[in-house]
Amino acid sequence: MKILVLISQVPDTTARIAFTNDNTSYDTSGVQFIVNPYDEWYALVRGLELKEANGGSVTTVTVGTADTEPTIRKALAIGADEAVRIDVAPVDALQVAEQIAAFATDKGYDLVLAGKETIDYNGSQVAGMVAELLDLPYVPLASKLDIAGATATVERDVAGGVEVLEVQLPLVVSASKGMAEQRIPNMRGIMAARTKPLNVVPAAEADHVAATARFELPPPKGTCKMIPAEDAGQLIELLHSEAKVI
Amino acid sequence: MSTIVFIDTRGKKIPKAATEAVTYAHQLSGGPVTAVTFGDATGLEALGAYGAGKVVVARGVNTVDGQQLTKLVVDVASDQDAKNVVCMHDATGRSVAPRVAARLKAGHVAGAIALPEGDLIKRNVFSGKARSWVKVSSPVRVISLMPNSIAPEQGERTATVEEYSGDLGEPRIALKEVRKAGEGIPLPEAEIVVSAGRGMKGPENWGPIEELARLLGAATACSRPVADMHWRPHHEHVGQTGIAIRPNCYIAIGISGAIQHLAGVNQSKVIAVINKDPEAPFFKAADYGIVGDAFEVLPKLIEAAKKLNAEH
Ligand SMILES: Cc1cc2nc3c(=O)[nH]c(=O)nc-3n(C[C@H](O)[C@H](O)[C@H](O)COP(=O)(O)OP(=O)(O)OC[C@H]3O[C@@H](n4cnc5c(N)ncnc54)[C@H](O)[C@@H]3O)c2cc1C
Repeated sequence: MKILVLISQVPDTTARIAFTNDNTSYDTSGVQFIVNPYDEWYALVRGLELKEANGGSVTTVTVGTADTEPTIRKALAIGADEAVRIDVAPVDALQVAEQIAAFATDKGYDLVLAGKETIDYNGSQVAGMVAELLDLPYVPLASKLDIAGATATVERDVAGGVEVLEVQLPLVVSASKGMAEQRIPNMRGIMAARTKPLNVVPAAEADHVAATARFELPPPKGTCKMIPAEDAGQLIELLHSEAKVI
Repeated sequence: MSTIVFIDTRGKKIPKAATEAVTYAHQLSGGPVTAVTFGDATGLEALGAYGAGKVVVARGVNTVDGQQLTKLVVDVASDQDAKNVVCMHDATGRSVAPRVAARLKAGHVAGAIALPEGDLIKRNVFSGKARSWVKVSSPVRVISLMPNSIAPEQGERTATVEEYSGDLGEPRIALKEVRKAGEGIPLPEAEIVVSAGRGMKGPENWGPIEELARLLGAATACSRPVADMHWRPHHEHVGQTGIAIRPNCYIAIGISGAIQHLAGVNQSKVIAVINKDPEAPFFKAADYGIVGDAFEVLPKLIEAAKKLNAEH
């Protein structure tokens, strides 16, 4: 089975969020970058498990400039066989999806996996756009994925329950929590990652149809009104009569 | 500007998020909009109250296949020469909106939280730690709306309902089974959420959390370690790596308020925190706080909630 996993680089979950250039760009100074947790913990690990069970290969693909390579090496250390970097700075979701689709078309991937969203832009867009561009079925927000022969069984949480879906491969799936457990790379994996192939491919033609004009930080919270523990019931009254939210 | 809105109305009643999406589309266009939906829901005329002039429904299509639904939306969009396509940012919206955007080569604003100001649309980024303003430069815009971002506005009108007559082809994704969740309110749509963390010590102590939630008409949620230890189901996990919610009221009990947890809940209108440690970081993000032991505070909250329910 040929598996492609979309890997995005994001700021560490504890990174300071600040903006420069008149609030038009994210301030990366001093920021540590990591593999997007949904891509790593769920999509990549499930891809590796499926490969271990069924044979085949796991390739990662990242749209980004050379500074994403240390992050890509982390995905290789966890166990991907090879990595591809499409050499262009990501600007908007459609442009990224078009790059990935241009690379993946005619390569015969049976399964394309991505995290359900990235923790920086939170768009939940790229995997669905890739599916459309490759004319493949797409299941977003999957919490479980099993493959038997050419049939995939996918579960996802929806309002009011869990849906169980059945689809024939090839297929695009975005992964949410539950799909797999995080794997910590070991020393052998980290050493092996240094020599695994990381192929750089040139960017294709792509559309630019959306752009972030500026950022803003949320207004600071006012002070917290403290209620003595003995009178805890007061909280319910305040939420009702003062905050008017219950 | 011609605007259509795609909503998922499967199930017995029209979901609140769908009425929000229609309201949003209506306010965006400044006039009646065309709502697009599928399945066998009755009473779709009622969407007129939220601003739909017409509802186009693909009857008998109860699909989970995003490709069929994309064809439906794209057909209606081209028929109406739509410049704005509004979707819900739920599971169905996430399987359709990106596809529609890719098909139409349209800029897609995922998870919009407000109407446009000029040509800029506001959304959350960095898991709720910041917002961005997105500008779309393509002729068509696709906008997916976050739940609880706009108050549904109800007027007197009713909509005309028209059946979609095109051919959506065969589904490639089959729905085999739906395992219904318990009674509770689905977390992403909940207006009130009672959430608990590792401070509850063990799954056997969730009784009072569930009771308080039931009394307040709230959904229950939890922190990541609680879901990781299988004290609670994964779908209750909120935060940067769980789900992000924006209820009117979030009550956090025995949760420290780590930055990754806050990322998923800091869009809540009002936050109340109960923690025995006065230094818990969550108090800095809270509107109301109680420093105390959850096991002593909860019975008092339950008693007060019972009293409130008896009075109203
Ligand atoms: C990459 C990454 C992603 C993450 N994503 C998430 C996420 O999405 N969501 C998430 O929640 N976490 C996430 N985390 C974990 C996060 O950093 C915290 O570890 C976690 O939120 C802590 O959960 P907690 O508050 O329940 O537990 P603890 O940190 O153990 O806090 C328990 C709290 O309960 C209080 N307490 C104890 N006993 C009582 C009592 N009897 N009465 C009242 N209060 C009591 C304590 O004072 C303490 O404040 C992530 C971490 C990483 C590294």
